[in-house]
Amino acid sequence: MTWINAVVQGLFLGGLYALFACGLSLIFGVMRIINLAHGDLAVAGAFLIWTINSQFGLNPFVALLPALPIMLVVGYVLHRTVLARSLRGGALIPLLTTFGLSIVIQNALLQGYSPDVRSLGAAAGDWTTGSWRLTDQLSVPYIGVCTLAVACLVLGGLQLLLRRTAFGREMRATAQDADTAALVGIPAASIYARATAIAVGTATLAGAFLAVHSTFDASSGPTQLIFAFEAVIIGGIGSLWGTLAGGVVLGVAQTVGAAIDPQYSILAGHLVFLIVLAGPRGRSLITRSAPA
Amino acid sequence: MSITAPTPPAAGHAWTISRSDRTTRAASAGLVVLGLLLFAVPFGFRTNVVQQLTSLFILLILAVMWNALAGYGGMVSVGQQAFIGFGAYTTIFLTQHGVTTYLAVALAPVASGVLAVALAPLVLRLRGGQFAVGTWVVAEALALLVALDKGLGGGTGASLRGLSGIEPDLRRAFTYWLTLAFMLSLLVAVVVLLRHRTGIALQAIRDDEDAAASLGVRTAPLKFGLYVLAGIGCGAAGALTLANSLFIQPQSIFGVQWTAYMLFMVLVGGLGTFEGPVIGAVLYFALQNQFAEQGAWYLIGLGAIAVAFALFLPRGLWSLASDRLNLRLLPVGYNLLHRTGRSAGSSAQAPDGGTSSRGESTS
Repeated sequence: MTWINAVVQGLFLGGLYALFACGLSLIFGVMRIINLAHGDLAVAGAFLIWTINSQFGLNPFVALLPALPIMLVVGYVLHRTVLARSLRGGALIPLLTTFGLSIVIQNALLQGYSPDVRSLGAAAGDWTTGSWRLTDQLSVPYIGVCTLAVACLVLGGLQLLLRRTAFGREMRATAQDADTAALVGIPAASIYARATAIAVGTATLAGAFLAVHSTFDASSGPTQLIFAFEAVIIGGIGSLWGTLAGGVVLGVAQTVGAAIDPQYSILAGHLVFLIVLAGPRGRSLITRSAPA
Repeated sequence: MSITAPTPPAAGHAWTISRSDRTTRAASAGLVVLGLLLFAVPFGFRTNVVQQLTSLFILLILAVMWNALAGYGGMVSVGQQAFIGFGAYTTIFLTQHGVTTYLAVALAPVASGVLAVALAPLVLRLRGGQFAVGTWVVAEALALLVALDKGLGGGTGASLRGLSGIEPDLRRAFTYWLTLAFMLSLLVAVVVLLRHRTGIALQAIRDDEDAAASLGVRTAPLKFGLYVLAGIGCGAAGALTLANSLFIQPQSIFGVQWTAYMLFMVLVGGLGTFEGPVIGAVLYFALQNQFAEQGAWYLIGLGAIAVAFALFLPRGLWSLASDRLNLRLLPVGYNLLHRTGRSAGSSAQAPDGGTSSRGESTS
């Protein structure tokens, strides 16, 4: 029964990782860059919600309403000021830039908020710690179901946005060939900026759920980036539902590892990632120079 | 980068391509003498100076190795701390099993090289940002594995034993000599690599991997070689860090801050240049001694400067010297020279970082 419980908890944890991963996946899909500051932006979003919560006493989920637009603007401005310029410098420069940004954001949060570990679990209300008890050992936490549901909604929404709307079509066109897209009147810079805004928005949502789900501090960002990246690779690049599957596999690996011994938890996730990388999916990465 | 052809030579004999000129020859000779003179430092200076120089040389090794990966191979690694930590912990492991301390320090880079050979097939499947995060995952996994091992001190760390018999001053001098020897041999290795035709091939990969491959450059073995070289170098840096500080903890030796330092040194000095990382390491060392107490503000500054360099001066400070003055210290590239009658030859100005800047970009 412990095992079933571990798998169930991993499923919900996977929802959280998928939420982190979809923004990373979107930016990679559209711009072909990995935003190394993605995790830190998510944590910055969590701190913003924490600030709104402590200043105005708003429930973290209500605080998302003002926080999300702010972070969308942050993402848009981030692209217009920094990323757009770095994209012109070739393949290496965006990586170096976003890694530098990650250091800046992390230490600015450290300076502004102290290294204390925080959680928004209590502020979100009692229901976040509650669960449906199916049997003595098996329980389904409300917050886990909520996270997974939101992850599915966000992924489904992104899928609809990409497949069904004019903006989604423009994003796909730009991702395939920015120059050709520009020939038919699609401004790549504006598409990129809006995609970055959406990615930072989903990162904020993920940060909020992380903060309610467990704890966060100024240096939580890189870990979340790594988990998000692992989810993307395990699930297969370019597939949004694959990202959800990858997040769930990673989450289950971590909770099953933790059920064996708590110190194996994160290691088990890394090992699953490395095994996937060593397998056929990893091999397909070599041949696909520009994954669609 | 766009390759704009220089004005076609009017007469065949007016243009020559040269490896070295007077500056290069003088500078190379000077650097060799300086390298040899540095061995004498422990005889004439206080131990404090010796220890500081040891840390500088370790930083220099790291910068040169990271530049070899990113600047020449086009592989931005966020996980070189895997080899730094592995080198340090291999030293601990070997000394625990009866190997003399300094022999263990010398063997650790070899072990790191073996680790790089083992990891290369896995991480070299990834490119660009995927490679960056993939190497990071490997480093994190190694750190967790080491922390699990009680014999290596677990999460609390381990200290280097077997040096208590040696007088502290002598010990620092030994560590210094070993560090200097490693640094010089790695620098020589990079110079040899760049002077060989692999140097040109490597830059072709850096500029555009697909285009290089289409021209018949065998990219896979070259990238493999660079990855292993960087693994050996970073392993040496890790083992030497341990020998210099005598105590390590998995969180700090496997910490991603190493990558932040390497990135800063290489970006500020000059990505993809030979001289750049050396300048970057010296600058970083000076900054570290001045501002490290500032804590978070210091790191915010480092990150912001790195971003600014990436955006506005991606080829770093050295490019200012090499573009304006056409200055090169080591004959690792080619220079296009225009002979104007009497004078020995004034160098052609690089048109927009293109062909004739081969000289700088090959350096």
